[in-house]
Amino acid sequence: MNQTTDTLTAGDGGSSGTPAGGPPLAVKDLHVEFRTRAGIAQVVNGVNFHVEAGETLAILGESGCGKSVTAQAIMGILDTPPAAITGGEILYHGTDLLKLSEVKRREVRANQIAMIFQDALSALNPVFTVGFQLAELFRVHRGMSRKDAKAKAVELLDLVKIPAARQRVTDYPHQFSGGMRQRVMIAMALALDPDVLIADEPTTALDVTVQAQIMKLLAELKDERNMGLILITHDMGVVADVADRISVMYAGRIVERANVHDIYAKPSHPYTKALLQAIPRLDQKGEDLSVIKGLPPLLTDIPPGCAFHPRCTFAQDTCKTGEAPPEYAVNASHDSACHFWKDVRGDD
Amino acid sequence: MEMTDVVLETSGLVKHFPLTSGIVFKRKVGAVQAVDGVNLTLNRRETLGVVGESGCGKSTLAKLLVGLERPSAGSITVNGTDLSDLSNEELRRSRRDIQLVMQDPYTSLNPRMTVGDIIGEPFDIHTDVVPKNERQGKVRELIDLVGLNPDHINRYPHQFSGGQRQRIGIARALALRPKIIVCDEPVSALDVSVQAQVMNLLDQLQKELDLSYVFIAHDLSVVRHIADRVAVMYLGKVVEVGTHTEIYEHPTHPYTQALLSAVPVPDPTLRGMRDEIVLEGDVPSPADPPSGCRFRTRCWKAQDICATDEPALENRAERPHLSACHFAEERDVIHAAT
Ligand SMILES: Nc1ncnc2c1ncn2[C@@H]1O[C@H](COP(=O)(O)OP(=O)(O)OP(=O)(O)O)[C@@H](O)[C@H]1O
Ligand SMILES: Nc1ncnc2c1ncn2[C@@H]1O[C@H](COP(=O)(O)OP(=O)(O)OP(=O)(O)O)[C@@H](O)[C@H]1O
Ligand code: SF4
Ligand SMILES: [Mg+2]
Ligand SMILES: [Mg+2]
Repeated sequence: MNQTTDTLTAGDGGSSGTPAGGPPLAVKDLHVEFRTRAGIAQVVNGVNFHVEAGETLAILGESGCGKSVTAQAIMGILDTPPAAITGGEILYHGTDLLKLSEVKRREVRANQIAMIFQDALSALNPVFTVGFQLAELFRVHRGMSRKDAKAKAVELLDLVKIPAARQRVTDYPHQFSGGMRQRVMIAMALALDPDVLIADEPTTALDVTVQAQIMKLLAELKDERNMGLILITHDMGVVADVADRISVMYAGRIVERANVHDIYAKPSHPYTKALLQAIPRLDQKGEDLSVIKGLPPLLTDIPPGCAFHPRCTFAQDTCKTGEAPPEYAVNASHDSACHFWKDVRGDD
Repeated sequence: MEMTDVVLETSGLVKHFPLTSGIVFKRKVGAVQAVDGVNLTLNRRETLGVVGESGCGKSTLAKLLVGLERPSAGSITVNGTDLSDLSNEELRRSRRDIQLVMQDPYTSLNPRMTVGDIIGEPFDIHTDVVPKNERQGKVRELIDLVGLNPDHINRYPHQFSGGQRQRIGIARALALRPKIIVCDEPVSALDVSVQAQVMNLLDQLQKELDLSYVFIAHDLSVVRHIADRVAVMYLGKVVEVGTHTEIYEHPTHPYTQALLSAVPVPDPTLRGMRDEIVLEGDVPSPADPPSGCRFRTRCWKAQDICATDEPALENRAERPHLSACHFAEERDVIHAAT
């Protein structure tokens, strides 16, 4: 295992001499719109976050709130049009990817920032063997010979604990189970030894026992390689289990940000607080679940003021008009975009 | 009148799907043992949760219960009547009593029908239930019952959100005043903030209408919240059945224990304190299940006997409840929050 890691690092041309400015990845005031028939959908509305090396940042939010679009913007895989990045910065060690030349930008994205998707089957190419797809990465980006690249492919499959890796390199994606396919995806993402790994709902399609295996593997690899891991999910259980810090997203905005212990102990935005009370827990029978009334807004028609106000039990008139609430500093490492965060916390 | 309060009972219920090969001359080469000898009972006003991983036979069981699939063997008894003794006409009538709510609110409703037509459709099939001139009123009543606006009766499914569509599915299931509702993953496709709305609705309807539920889900936290008793399935078989407390606090089957231990709890202070049982490998194919105990290929307790003798589902261990493991033994997997 160690040997695998060593050889991979040795073959890596890029990461050792990277610029020192800032965390591996920071997103500043990112704005993304979709121009659709139904109007302009404001999908990402000023998102800020960063991830440090060796850290797991969870981005938590419900369906349609803009998590995947944010990730796609970082990776440069948005469909433009209909999508357009209308503002903000995506900083890789302090360098704004949006301002780099196309060639440079591609190089960073191919080598240093990798992503795994919810649905591994649709992300892998069905007509090529898994081994070929892995080997291609080394041939194209590292200029390796066919033979060396194939050996690398086996090493990687071994690293992600695919049993009998040497035999399985010649199998096609559909010949693997869902959990195994997700392992293959992780292998592909790690092939070029990235600094940052974005995992977009990596276990949502999997059974719980398999989910546990995959999360364990991701955590181990993150530590071993000192990567920054951005975990996108809607599962508050998974977040509690693996994240260091959390950013909670609602209608294209980060509404609360804190370290994992603070946010569960003292949620400071009404949305986070309501979510925590609405989920059934395995370790509690709990008679009634409290309900969040209403639905998330349509992104073509985001309410003025605080986007959460129609569903919020703390809302006052100030919440219903004007600009969205700013990010108030609850303490040095905890922000809430709610005018009434003090009431939400309930401390005086 | 009745001696017992059992409203639904299955005995030795089996569903095998034949596997064929060849294009012109189809030969049977085996069978997917989707449901393989399931015995369950459901009591009046009770919610029986059924949990298990993908492919273990939950949906097939649901379809058997509501008559969408015919059993390969075994029997289903509804309110004391064995369905296999009935004529087709009697069967059709008895089906009214047991209705299905499906998982996917996005595909289970016909996009070209209005909500009113969808909910009223069962009345077209069972024409004697509501006279034609009262139908509209009845449908509006049902829409109101599930917490939607009766004035939206002429809208189409795409004009509703996922949670609202699931309510429409529930209203349709209630149309014929059933006594039993089989819910197949009714909240799995919904957002967390909307799941609670639908679960609370099911709860409230159960009390108001005296319903019994079979509640199928892969999410053990959801089932813990809603079920009175729980059945755990693995590869077409029930491996453990017990009350809510027996299953969650005193599980005895290794598979139940592994399943519970894999569920992350939304509380970071419990991190690393769970009894972590990480299972190796994948679920075997239901077309070729292991001999003896079907879980043995992934079980850390397996001995020789597990490969040769199939463990019966019978009362075992200290707090006796049904468990199909030769070495059934309690293990406290979830350390309850304080
Ligand atoms: N190609 C597209 N054209 C128009 N709108 C789009 C497109 N892709 C995404 N959107 C819209 O952007 C919004 C955010 O989508 P996104 O996929 O980021 O959500 P998400 O938070 O990842 O949700 P989920 O949890 O369901 O994956 C959605 O409302 C979606 O309808
Ligand atoms: N009509 C069919 N023909 C052949 N095999 C089938 C058929 N329906 C289901 N199966 C097989 O039977 C097994 C049980 O399927 P079922 O849909 O009941 O599982 P499930 O527990 O509902 O899974 P999930 O959680 O994924 O919904 C699976 O192996 C499935 O592939
Ligand atoms: S700003 Fe107002 S509406 Fe928004 S969450 Fe806070 S209290 Fe609720
Ligand atoms: Mg997404
Ligand atoms: Mg199913």
